[in-house]
Amino acid sequence: MKKRNETLLKWLNEGSETLDQEMMESLEGDYLAGDEKQETAVTKKDESSRFHMIIRSAYIRISTAFSVVLCIALIAILMYTVMDMPYFGNADTLVESEVSEFYIEHTLEHTGAVNVISGIILNFRGFDTLGEAHVLFIAVCSVMILLHIHPTEHGAHLMAYEYDDASEEPHDDDILLTGVRVLFPLIVMFGIYIILNGNLSPGGGFSGGAVIGAGLILYLSVYGYIRTRRFFTMRTFRILTTIALISYTCSKTFHFVTGANDIKAMIGIGTPGTIFSGGLLLPLNIFVGLVVACTMYALFTMFRKGDF
Amino acid sequence: MEIQQNLPMILILLPLAVSPALAFLRPKASRAVMLAVSLISCAVSLALTVYMCAEDSLPYTIKMGEYGAPFGNELYISRTECIVSLLFSCVHMLSLLGGLHRLDEEIHENRRSLFYTVTSLLLSAIQALCFTNDLFTGYVFLEITTIAAGALIFIRSREGALFASMRYMIMNLLGSGLFLLGLAVMYCLTGELLFPQLKEGVSQILREGRYIRPLTASILLITVGLSIKSALYPFHTWLPNAYSGATPAASSMLSSLVSKAYIFLLIKIVMRVTGPEAFVSLRAGDVVFVYSCIAIILGSIDAIREHNVRRMVSYSSVAQIGYIFLGVSIGTAAGMTAAIFHILAHSISKAMLFPAVDRLTQVSGGNENYRDLRGSGFRAPLAGIAFVVGAFSITGIPIFAGFSSKVYLASAAVESGGWRMLIVLFVLAASTVLNVSYFLRTVITLYRPGERYPLTRDKAVMVPLALALIVFIGLNTALGIFSLPVFEMINDGIMLW
Repeated sequence: MKKRNETLLKWLNEGSETLDQEMMESLEGDYLAGDEKQETAVTKKDESSRFHMIIRSAYIRISTAFSVVLCIALIAILMYTVMDMPYFGNADTLVESEVSEFYIEHTLEHTGAVNVISGIILNFRGFDTLGEAHVLFIAVCSVMILLHIHPTEHGAHLMAYEYDDASEEPHDDDILLTGVRVLFPLIVMFGIYIILNGNLSPGGGFSGGAVIGAGLILYLSVYGYIRTRRFFTMRTFRILTTIALISYTCSKTFHFVTGANDIKAMIGIGTPGTIFSGGLLLPLNIFVGLVVACTMYALFTMFRKGDF
Repeated sequence: MEIQQNLPMILILLPLAVSPALAFLRPKASRAVMLAVSLISCAVSLALTVYMCAEDSLPYTIKMGEYGAPFGNELYISRTECIVSLLFSCVHMLSLLGGLHRLDEEIHENRRSLFYTVTSLLLSAIQALCFTNDLFTGYVFLEITTIAAGALIFIRSREGALFASMRYMIMNLLGSGLFLLGLAVMYCLTGELLFPQLKEGVSQILREGRYIRPLTASILLITVGLSIKSALYPFHTWLPNAYSGATPAASSMLSSLVSKAYIFLLIKIVMRVTGPEAFVSLRAGDVVFVYSCIAIILGSIDAIREHNVRRMVSYSSVAQIGYIFLGVSIGTAAGMTAAIFHILAHSISKAMLFPAVDRLTQVSGGNENYRDLRGSGFRAPLAGIAFVVGAFSITGIPIFAGFSSKVYLASAAVESGGWRMLIVLFVLAASTVLNVSYFLRTVITLYRPGERYPLTRDKAVMVPLALALIVFIGLNTALGIFSLPVFEMINDGIMLW
């Protein structure tokens, strides 16, 4: 393994041009680990195997060159296409944009959202956004499948090591600690403000959730796991995500069913401009915000440690 | 709107709503809930199909929200979508049942609940891909499908699974990226996202001839993107490792749900957005035609060279996907119908082959080389019969589904005429010979007595697997015998698209 690392280091330093036969051999030898290793050691002396290596390195060069040519060709084709596209905002283009005009003029009266974007993504195109929230969820699930460390699977000693590791983190920089103590509540409060004002001002669940998630990550990086475990554990993550996603899907289902069957919804659009307006927009923004904040924090902890 | 017309919403929203809860239940509870959801979704899509089979039922749209086209999301339901959705729910449930006994040993207990979450999200996403009337909704659920399929590959704790899923992810994200580019160009040109409005925009461009070049680029990008994702020949390199490295339930789902959902989306885009004539005249049809012919021949040759049974079955998927794209590239309604019928036939056969092969290798000491399977047809009789039926169906032997689909493909090619007809007929004939040579040698090996293992029946009783295999065999034969009504139903839907 050491030899392989040295080879790779040399390769990195001298550029790919020096990827000669000897290196290929050593890389190959390490690559075919385990039961095949002995076999390789025997055949390495073989003349036919050397020939094979030469062919292989030639193949790598040719395929690299081919992919570079392919990429350049694709870039050229796309640039050529872009030159022919209609100019953005030009009145003479094909796009009559009946749809975007409708959105700009009528979103307020139909959805009660002063922020047109919120009205579009949570009401007109709410189905897409529902899918998008679940894309985040399945991303977290995939990362947890790959990186989550379980005590039963990896042995208690690894867990103990990981938890000890948490206590060794440096928490002795006074400027940093004080700065974060001041900033953290402000960041979270600002995130909450963005979420709650999603139907009134630019922002909404996605951006507000990202702000809160960033605040949590900052707090974790500075104060360490022992402090964050007081209020954010695996259990918190599970409960928050599950409740937020299920309530989100249920409220959207209510919206879809009443909309599709032309049933008059019980939830009116309220007075546009006040915080409790726009029907379901406020709760939907809160659910999305929770999902996004939890997702960001979970992704960070999974990559950093494999646990909360 | 009548109350029955709400059924597609249940198909999409029920698995979506359940999935977060599944992740945090105990594995056994999670499995029970997942099976229940799967069963409900089968029943619902059956009910929907029965409703749409009625003499006077017409295709309809569902507004997702208060505002329909062109401002909000919509679903579109016709007979074709019903049939495909029924296929997806049934195959989902049966492949789950068929691989159930292997999940406990192949997936670690801590990840088993997450496996059910992923399958539940996958079920919801493929149903949404099936019914969507909106290009961007298609993209969103395509993303869910992509990530879910990747998770299904790497969830198995085995060396090589990570490597396979890495290759899968690289190729598939490239495909998603190209699809998104094509979508963006098309949106830029027409300013619409829903299929009917897009079709108006596209036909206006074709009439006026102003932005033909970006339109061509966009159609090609969408076609190539979806071809990469469904493993058409030059982009198939991720497929054998991914399918053979995953647990049997996952392999079945990957081969018969995920790639088929992408192809169905492509067929919908071709028929309902660009129109088949434009698809052919802008040369996208030619690209697909050439690669699908190569896929059929070279995929079969790869399968012949492969001695590992699971990889052999995976390579046969490459050839079969070639058939489906061949039907698409003919560019007529008959060709599309034949392609969709082949989706049905291949999904049913392939989803049966993976659990059957797994069972056969299990009774042969876990060896995956086909020569080690000697006599395994006697040790696991049902799996042996299932393998034979699947192999015969894929080869195209009468009374099984694969035969009918090949006949429809050939007749669609003959109808369209021209030089392509000759090539299609030649490719079909050549590939049948190639298919026979690798499937028949395996079938014969299954029933040849070997020295290593006894020829007595294996004692283990696996009720879910047996149930799944019996239903699969029944479905396959039924689809082969009663192919005409199904074909006509698909055709009815396509004619009204």
